[in-house]
Amino acid sequence: MNKTEKVKQLIIDKPLKLDCGQTISNFPIAYETYGTLNEKKNNAILAFHALTGDQFASGLNPITNKEGWWNYALGPGKAIDTNKYFVICSNVIGGCMGSYGPSSINPKTNKPFGTNFPVITINDMVNAQYHLLEFFKIEKLFSVVGGSMGGMQVLQFVSNFPNKSHTAIPIACTASHSAQNIALNELGRQSIMADHNWSNGFYEENKKLPDKGLAVARMAAHITYLSKKGLQEKFGRKLQERDDLKFGFDADFQIESYLRYQGSVFVDRFDANSYLYITRAMDYFDLIKQFNGNLSKAFEKSNTKFFVISFTSDWLYPTSENREIVIALNAIGKDVGFVEITSDKGHDSFLLDVTDFLNTVKNFLNTSHNKLNEKRI
Amino acid sequence: MKKEFNIIANLIEKNSKVLDVGCGDGELMKYINENITSDIRGLEISKKNVQRCVEKGLTVIEGNAEKDLEQFPELSFDFVILSQTLQAFLDPENVINELLRVGKKAIVTIPNFGYWKIRIDLLFKGTMPITKALPNEWYNTPNLHMCSIKDFVNYCNRKNIKINSSNLSFKNLFYELGIFIIEK
Repeated sequence: MNKTEKVKQLIIDKPLKLDCGQTISNFPIAYETYGTLNEKKNNAILAFHALTGDQFASGLNPITNKEGWWNYALGPGKAIDTNKYFVICSNVIGGCMGSYGPSSINPKTNKPFGTNFPVITINDMVNAQYHLLEFFKIEKLFSVVGGSMGGMQVLQFVSNFPNKSHTAIPIACTASHSAQNIALNELGRQSIMADHNWSNGFYEENKKLPDKGLAVARMAAHITYLSKKGLQEKFGRKLQERDDLKFGFDADFQIESYLRYQGSVFVDRFDANSYLYITRAMDYFDLIKQFNGNLSKAFEKSNTKFFVISFTSDWLYPTSENREIVIALNAIGKDVGFVEITSDKGHDSFLLDVTDFLNTVKNFLNTSHNKLNEKRI
Repeated sequence: MKKEFNIIANLIEKNSKVLDVGCGDGELMKYINENITSDIRGLEISKKNVQRCVEKGLTVIEGNAEKDLEQFPELSFDFVILSQTLQAFLDPENVINELLRVGKKAIVTIPNFGYWKIRIDLLFKGTMPITKALPNEWYNTPNLHMCSIKDFVNYCNRKNIKINSSNLSFKNLFYELGIFIIEK
């Protein structure tokens, strides 16, 4: 089976006006579903993925043959229980797992778009994914959930479609991408662009990929997903399969070897141009500015019940930035819960087996779902 | 459920909007939520207690009452509850002001330092009193600003805060706990 057979695609025929001014139409969104949509169609959850995620949130990813990115949280009997809920997850536009992106074929040239692909925003991603609700004939979602860039999509979704979800769980995210995070993304982009093979984004024609640049981008980013304490505990100054320093530039330390490995496996599954486009979308995200400096206005029309979650050791999307969302909701009397989970696993905590986090998600979803069902009876 | 919680719950009007400041493990919130009003949320500083509240399906915000009440708009709740934590704040006066800013009415309970057993402890033993309501030793108590029922009533009168204060001398001697409804 080739890639296209393993990827479910929905073709959006309605034109979508992007923030950059261009309009796209007849474009594909690759999606996956987990669990079963009930008859009343009131158990649907839309899960948004982060920068390098895709629609394969749970189970085995048929393209990479690795576990789905949210396997700890999502699946039968798990925090987001697919025995109970119907979960939709789709690849963002700009991505490289079957949705419309820079590696899609430009019909005008019969070659991949490369950097001729329009710049995408979080708003565009969310507007594109909204069509999935129409496709599944879901009047109102039970929940929208996501961490990191997925959390930004949660915020944008509720802002764009105030009454299309009963609940929302933005995790380890921000309402406005910080200077630090723009800087880190720029570091990744520059490392890709500095790779000679990148060829201004038209590398597919040369059949030589900017793997080195993309690997370095991933290595740098990977450090930011961990915490100093987590790194120290896991690696310390341990040496990699050697008894002493070699006085050279091979990977003497385990942490070096680990990062090199992370970089090398990443290039097999991710497209360099997609990395540029998606990091750009994150950098452009500023929901506070969209509402003229008043974040509360973004949620004014919504009755969605929020639960915001942050992690103690996340320095990429720190608690203070997550708390801003809580404050904006409280300021207009909206229903919002908030918890900061203790974890040494850094920003990555939301993807890992962090018991308190998983229990929080599970309890919030299940009790909210029970309450909704009580009301209906 | 604690007797105190029963009394507090009875002070709250049906279907009103409530904030429980320092809601602990959510026991009181749960009772109010199930019996009096579903429009209730809590603010709690301890992560463990926040988890317990989430388990109970309650809306809870992890935060510190001394600074996080700021985020709520004026008079955004019909009732704000503060159960036996006033004495533990660094700046109780500021917390009282904040309670009265965000709530139309505040229900405040305090362990009464004028309670006869406490007076006897101090008078005859000459040591810091230890009672059911004040179980800690002087060196590990979280309480920073102890007061008696009379102190609290006097304070409210001085600050023009409306407070229920019948049988003051009797209560100040015989009640272990002071339970007040205050409003501006």
